[in-house]
Amino acid sequence: MRGINKVLFLAAAVSLMFAAAASAAWKWPWQQQKSNVVSIQGSTTNLPITQKAAEDYMKVNKDIEISVRGGGSGVGIAGIIDGACDIGNSSRAIKSKEIMNARAKGVNPHETVIARDGMAIVVHPSNSLKNITVDQIQAIYTGQIKRWSQLGGADEPIVVVSRDTSSGTYEVFNELVLKGSKLRTDCIMTVSNREVAETVKNTNGAIGYVGLAFLSDGLNTVTVEGITASNATINNKTYKLARELYVYTNGPPAGNAKAFIDYILSEAGQKIVADVGYVPLR
Amino acid sequence: MGIKDKGMRKNFIERMLGPIASMSLVFLLGIALTLIITGMPAFREVGVLKFIFGNEWRPTFDPPYFGIWPLIVASFIVTFGAILFAVPIGVASAIYTAEIASPGVRETIKPVMELLASIPSVVFGFFGIVFISPILQKVLGLPTGLNGLNAAIILGLMAVPTVASITEDAISAVSKDLRNASYALGANKWETIVKTVVPAAKSGIFTAVILGVSRAMGETMTVLMAAGGARGVPSSIFVPMRPMTATIAGEMGEAVIGSTHYHALFAIGFVLFAINVIFNLAAEYVKKGGNK
Repeated sequence: MRGINKVLFLAAAVSLMFAAAASAAWKWPWQQQKSNVVSIQGSTTNLPITQKAAEDYMKVNKDIEISVRGGGSGVGIAGIIDGACDIGNSSRAIKSKEIMNARAKGVNPHETVIARDGMAIVVHPSNSLKNITVDQIQAIYTGQIKRWSQLGGADEPIVVVSRDTSSGTYEVFNELVLKGSKLRTDCIMTVSNREVAETVKNTNGAIGYVGLAFLSDGLNTVTVEGITASNATINNKTYKLARELYVYTNGPPAGNAKAFIDYILSEAGQKIVADVGYVPLR
Repeated sequence: MGIKDKGMRKNFIERMLGPIASMSLVFLLGIALTLIITGMPAFREVGVLKFIFGNEWRPTFDPPYFGIWPLIVASFIVTFGAILFAVPIGVASAIYTAEIASPGVRETIKPVMELLASIPSVVFGFFGIVFISPILQKVLGLPTGLNGLNAAIILGLMAVPTVASITEDAISAVSKDLRNASYALGANKWETIVKTVVPAAKSGIFTAVILGVSRAMGETMTVLMAAGGARGVPSSIFVPMRPMTATIAGEMGEAVIGSTHYHALFAIGFVLFAINVIFNLAAEYVKKGGNK
């Protein structure tokens, strides 16, 4: 009997340690920050840009270590608010609620636009649709329009494909198209832009939205309000479904963080933006 | 170096084995505690009943809705569908390899089946997206092949090795005396299998089914990729749906740590854990009852 009690006691003790570690208040020695390290976290949309820029930057500046993690836009902004990172990546603008949280903790989020991105509306190649309005997209994604015949197409159901609602891409879609109305519940939710493209390619009645970087053969891109998504139409703001990609810092960028952000904004950095498929600022 | 020294060493090793063996108990308790502690704020904020039976899951909507009923229903539909595929195939293969196949055939089939169990789930998921889903779409005339049935078929395939190997153990454990008695009464091989061996092994087969259920219920990557992810309460197995595991895997990466959404995902984990514990306890109970 005593042996069993001992085992149970041990089990309980170690379990408590587990729980303590999970409560996040715990800091291990290796979690302490070093001074020549710039840590970046947040939007997976910004990830290709910051990742590539960090690699190139570290080749030249060997004494600086830049660590880049994903996690999503919310995680990036939260990282600035609670001091978990030096630069927060976000593919949407900071929300007023988040600014209030930051102020309450004495943090002053500072926004820098590093690139632009456009969302293209894509359909299956067999679809005859050429142009769509923002209101029609909204009606499709909220479920008011359910069949292509309602838009002058074939009499088949519309298969609606969306990004997961936790993603920055969805949040921008929500802001530009849904404008606060509820997404229909039978919408296919995918975890990446690539999967949206893949699903639309394979499904006759499908419609989806993807970043410009993910357009490829086998997808029909429709014009929105008569405008084709391109670098030019996104930079002169005539294309409606465009967004800016941000980095946030606590106060105006300084020191190593400033040097790195300046690098992204430089000609070399903006070339990376174009190389990984986004829209450079100039 | 003497007998005493050797005895001490043996004693020491024996003392160490206990704690090492209890490690899995530690991990189980630790995981359960972590799930409860981290999930608790969501239960408290949303309310247990509203959380479990609420039929809208809109974690990033303003105001957010945290009802996981659609996810629970989706998990059960997909799991039930998977069992419909896995059990007949798994049990039939087990009967074949244990009773009918010649040793040569058995030595070929068993390693192949074990190989099936070692394929990473993301590969199965990919297989579902590019291979099974287009077939379902064409054959059944559905608007999309990314649905519950697609996930169920792949999960069923994935659970076959689990079901088959445990069923085979159960069948092999049926004593020779029983078989001989059956033959002595004039039963042929088929009658012996169906009327004697399988009934005698039924509690083991039941365990196999329950473990298959746990496997299918807990599988994540495949359902995330293949089930479609729609968040409404599914009306049938032919529509896109979003099981609990897919929700956790798909949203955990982008949920802000410490937010209600984050806690709600842990709470889903706890609900899933509780369901699996109930299944396993039930299996244990039936197994004991069967052996009496």
